[in-house]
Amino acid sequence: MLAKRIIPCLDVKDGVVVKGVQFRNHEVVGDILDLAARYVDEGADELVFYDITASSDDRVVDKTWVRDVARLLNIPFCVAGGIRTMKQAEAVLNNGADKISINSPALENPGFITELADVFGVQCVVVGIDSREESGNYVVYQYTGDETKTVAAKRDTLTWIREAVDRGAGEIVLNCMNQDGVRKGYDVRQLSQAREVCSVPLIASGGAGAVEHFTDVFNTAHVDGALAASVFHKKIINIADLKQDLTKEKICVRN
Amino acid sequence: MPRLSVVNSGGANLSSVLFALDRLGITPEFTEDPDVITSSDKVILPGVGHAAHAMKILRDKNLIGCLKSLKQPVIGICLGMQLLYSSSEEGDVECLDIIPGRIQEFSKTTGQAVPHMGWNTIKTQGENALLKGMDDNPYAYFVHSYAAPVSEHTIGKTEYIMPFTAMVKRDNFYGCQFHPERSGEVGETILRNFLEI
Repeated sequence: MLAKRIIPCLDVKDGVVVKGVQFRNHEVVGDILDLAARYVDEGADELVFYDITASSDDRVVDKTWVRDVARLLNIPFCVAGGIRTMKQAEAVLNNGADKISINSPALENPGFITELADVFGVQCVVVGIDSREESGNYVVYQYTGDETKTVAAKRDTLTWIREAVDRGAGEIVLNCMNQDGVRKGYDVRQLSQAREVCSVPLIASGGAGAVEHFTDVFNTAHVDGALAASVFHKKIINIADLKQDLTKEKICVRN
Repeated sequence: MPRLSVVNSGGANLSSVLFALDRLGITPEFTEDPDVITSSDKVILPGVGHAAHAMKILRDKNLIGCLKSLKQPVIGICLGMQLLYSSSEEGDVECLDIIPGRIQEFSKTTGQAVPHMGWNTIKTQGENALLKGMDDNPYAYFVHSYAAPVSEHTIGKTEYIMPFTAMVKRDNFYGCQFHPERSGEVGETILRNFLEI
């Protein structure tokens, strides 16, 4: 049976792992390779490295660390942030990343999703979506790496999920901004609605703070994976322990 | 004579196979030279991407006759495994025709997400030297939208939407639908077992 995936996300800024609360006040939490190795040992199913400054700073980010990560890891990993050309995507994949995730560049040019999927295959192309609830609707936000540049993308979240999948996204990571970094649980209501319209794997992001949040998001929203950062970085939850607890709750995970 | 050749089948993502071998202390020949491939002890045929596109690359590189005539142990990984079959629905293309059968697209009408992405279990069918020394039903990492139906050549079976071939063997040709280079210790053992055949 296909296991539910536990995915630590490492926000990378200037070559080190950082974490902010609701995308703000970034603090350094550790070295990329050290943290990556720790998560593999704990039993992470996949890692996401998210270069949080890239899209908003409009610069090409040095990604030599991707090759170092690829040499070290024996599990899959995805690189997000600042990939806005075919050449950049190819470089990241050639350096050994299994997937690339695009967010703001996909909103600027939705055709980029199709271009990537046609050349590298849909399985390499993840579309990340930052979404916030506003008067009962879910709307997409753009350039969330830098608070001063964050803007509404003028798109409805569920419609954008459908479009991204139609255009060739092989996986959707839905980051629910209202919940991000506050550890009060995933936005199960929003993720359940996303699940209804998303025919590719759906990964929940934003809000994990306790074991029951994982149980809840898998049982209620039926997502394929759950992504989290601070609960793992700060050792509030150990992944091996989490997986034992999920197994007791009859959720299929890789132990 | 190189011990191991990894076929440069084009496309991105080949470096993760090379890195996995490096972690096992092995430096293969990464090559598209038919003479080098033919003369090596073992051959890995990796592949990610589109079947029709990959077959065109093999044809352009004049590798089709070479690959079909190999007598040493060969393993195809992911798309590399699918190319060993007779044909694929992906781009409706004739493949290497080493293993009979046609690669099929997963049905998208079952409500289950496609691509099949993540860790799933492999059930051994008959003799499977690649899973030697492993627990039953090990987890491996899959990413694919097309799959080989189960047949007499299946040596490992996985269920997702339908039962499909996760591992295959015909004569000296082996294949893994999943990515051993990204399947943790299970994948490392599979690669090591292949190298010890």
